[in-house]
Amino acid sequence: MAQRAQPIITVLGISALGLILALILVPPITLLMVAKDGGLSPADWSAIRFTLLQATLSALISILLAIPVARALARRTFPGRGLLVALLGAPFLLPVIVAVIGLLIVWGRAGWISDLIGTPISIYGLGGVLLAHVFFNLPLVTRLLLQGWGQIPAEHFRLVSQLGFRPAQVFQHLEWPMLRSVLPGAFLLVFLLCTTSFAVALTLGGGPRATTIELAIYEAVRFSFDLSRAAILSLIQFAVCGVIAALSLLISLSTGFSNSNLISTSRWDARRRSQRTLDTISILLVTLFLLTPLLALVLRGLAGLGDLPPLGRAIMTSLMIALGSTAFTSLTALALAQWIDHMRAAKNQLAFLSEGVSLLTISTSPFVLGTGVFLLIRSVANPFDFALPVTALVNATVALPITLRVLLPALEQSRLTHGRLGESLSITGWTRFRLITWPTIRAPLGYAAGISAALSMGDLGVITLFAPPDMETLPLLMYRLMGSYQTQAAASVALILIVLTLALFWLFDRGGRLGHHT
Amino acid sequence: MDITLENLLIRLGSFTLSADFTIPNGITAVIGPSGGGKSSLLLTIAGFIDPAKGQVQFDNKFAVKNPGDRPVTMLFQEHNLFPHMTVAQNVGLGARPDLKLSSDQRAQVDLVLAEVDLANLGSRYPADLSGGQRQRVALARALLRQRPVLLLDEPFAALGPALRREMLDLVHTLRDRQNHNLLMVTHDPDDALRIADRVILVADGVAHPPQLVKQLFDNPPPELREYLGQ
Repeated sequence: MAQRAQPIITVLGISALGLILALILVPPITLLMVAKDGGLSPADWSAIRFTLLQATLSALISILLAIPVARALARRTFPGRGLLVALLGAPFLLPVIVAVIGLLIVWGRAGWISDLIGTPISIYGLGGVLLAHVFFNLPLVTRLLLQGWGQIPAEHFRLVSQLGFRPAQVFQHLEWPMLRSVLPGAFLLVFLLCTTSFAVALTLGGGPRATTIELAIYEAVRFSFDLSRAAILSLIQFAVCGVIAALSLLISLSTGFSNSNLISTSRWDARRRSQRTLDTISILLVTLFLLTPLLALVLRGLAGLGDLPPLGRAIMTSLMIALGSTAFTSLTALALAQWIDHMRAAKNQLAFLSEGVSLLTISTSPFVLGTGVFLLIRSVANPFDFALPVTALVNATVALPITLRVLLPALEQSRLTHGRLGESLSITGWTRFRLITWPTIRAPLGYAAGISAALSMGDLGVITLFAPPDMETLPLLMYRLMGSYQTQAAASVALILIVLTLALFWLFDRGGRLGHHT
Repeated sequence: MDITLENLLIRLGSFTLSADFTIPNGITAVIGPSGGGKSSLLLTIAGFIDPAKGQVQFDNKFAVKNPGDRPVTMLFQEHNLFPHMTVAQNVGLGARPDLKLSSDQRAQVDLVLAEVDLANLGSRYPADLSGGQRQRVALARALLRQRPVLLLDEPFAALGPALRREMLDLVHTLRDRQNHNLLMVTHDPDDALRIADRVILVADGVAHPPQLVKQLFDNPPPELREYLGQ
């Protein structure tokens, strides 16, 4: 295809790429320079062990529980099924700290379950970390597997019932081959998410027996101010993520980030009573597990809405971070995506960069990025003065692969459907972007911006490293309230945070589709 | 084996299809516009769709609910084979779904493979075969199962004209040997003229009773004329 050379696209694209590479690669280099040869203490080793242990267990439990749930959803239709599948997508946008408070109200020492069984249970430590990770990742894996089931041809299910397969044989010949191809990727994804989920470790872990690498970095920076140790631990975290990234090159990593193939297939092998009972129990249990913390949060939060602490400043700060991060991520992703699409059109080998950049950002621990930036700034200025822009920047980096993933197909679609028409009418450059590209990508861009804003709104990561005591975001405020055992107030703030997060997502998503014709 | 559709009504969302007739043993083509319900009719006979009203009968006996217990083998347009099994295993499923075949049954697998001209390909995987060969494997399994009703839901639609004619002739030969009641969906009237005895026209929500091919095409009703573009 004779694409007219568009230098501006190339310039913007290369700038965006340079910016991202600098963001991802400069911090580790700083770390290398700060790290002194000190060796690892027993506490460091135990942090490494705990990180790997909890990530492995989280991934295994999430997968084991997700299999019967996904299978039930894949072969049943019932009222509320669509709602449940949508609910499975919700934890993705739910701020971690919000879920943690909900889980504590249900599973904590003075929680519902403790009341029910009559003895207080404690979930701090490994148990709590696993509980929170399963709460977030069980739905994710279920959606991934549901797509896997959706990809089994309907004919195969007809075939097995025609040939009289028993459920065990259906599993062996249809479901196991699918699981074998989907599960390694799902395991790796959950493992990765759990090695870099700082907020869960911060709120539910801690102590010598339940400290993750990231939590140890946080403690080294904030409490013992042992920056060399923080740097060494960050490099270890970087290496762990790097190994997972390398492994994921061997397996195609899917993120469950699509709504295709979530339908159910009528199946004749599933009509047996035992299968029906199994499915009903799976669906009921998972619904209870996911809904009770949210319900608990709403009940407790509503009760405390009357005496909230003043929130104005926290809301303003959170919004500023979210909007700044969204603007940065959207513009960078747009510049990069346009360039990548341009190269794809020209069959340029460099087009694979998109995958590379996504992979690099997915496998970078945002917390390690933050630590690196912290050490970098520290050599010239007071890092605590830069809490806002650094948090926004790191959040933007986290949201970048998602935005790219949404934008690239939209740009390709726009090019394939309207590209030649545009060329034949000699519409190029800015005019082409305004008249042809923009109308077709604004809806997906709005959606991606909504997600990026929501993620940033709920973030409780890097900000904990940088925030001076007088600085507040909503998640930070909730964390501090939790620390002083004001669960009710924290739950009320959580409600405000959820409402604001959803409102922000809705505004961007809706804004992208307003007056839209395709 | 005769197939009787008694006051049958199929409802899928807002789509409905009614049928009320008997299909005598032989070769019957099912033709009509796409989306008209040809596949749904076959799926209902095979037991994959529960009719909203009415009954399917085989030799005047009510059909059981479970598709695996009906006297039917159905071939789909695609995905008739499991990609992780060899050709011989895919055929062997027709004898025992757990594939614990006796030496007798294994010999039968070789026999039916030879009948569809795939004698030496038993150890291959479906991915190594051409589209036509894959459908031959599915036919071989149908032969092994020896169910008296054979339903073809356009399994040869993706093949070129010459290959499709060849496959139809093969089906014709095999059908005569096992005396199936053969129903085949097609969108090409030539297919019907080539091997079918009768034709069922499916159009406007109604499956019309089977008519002899020659009678129907010599004196086409308005729905058929519209479909053929005459």
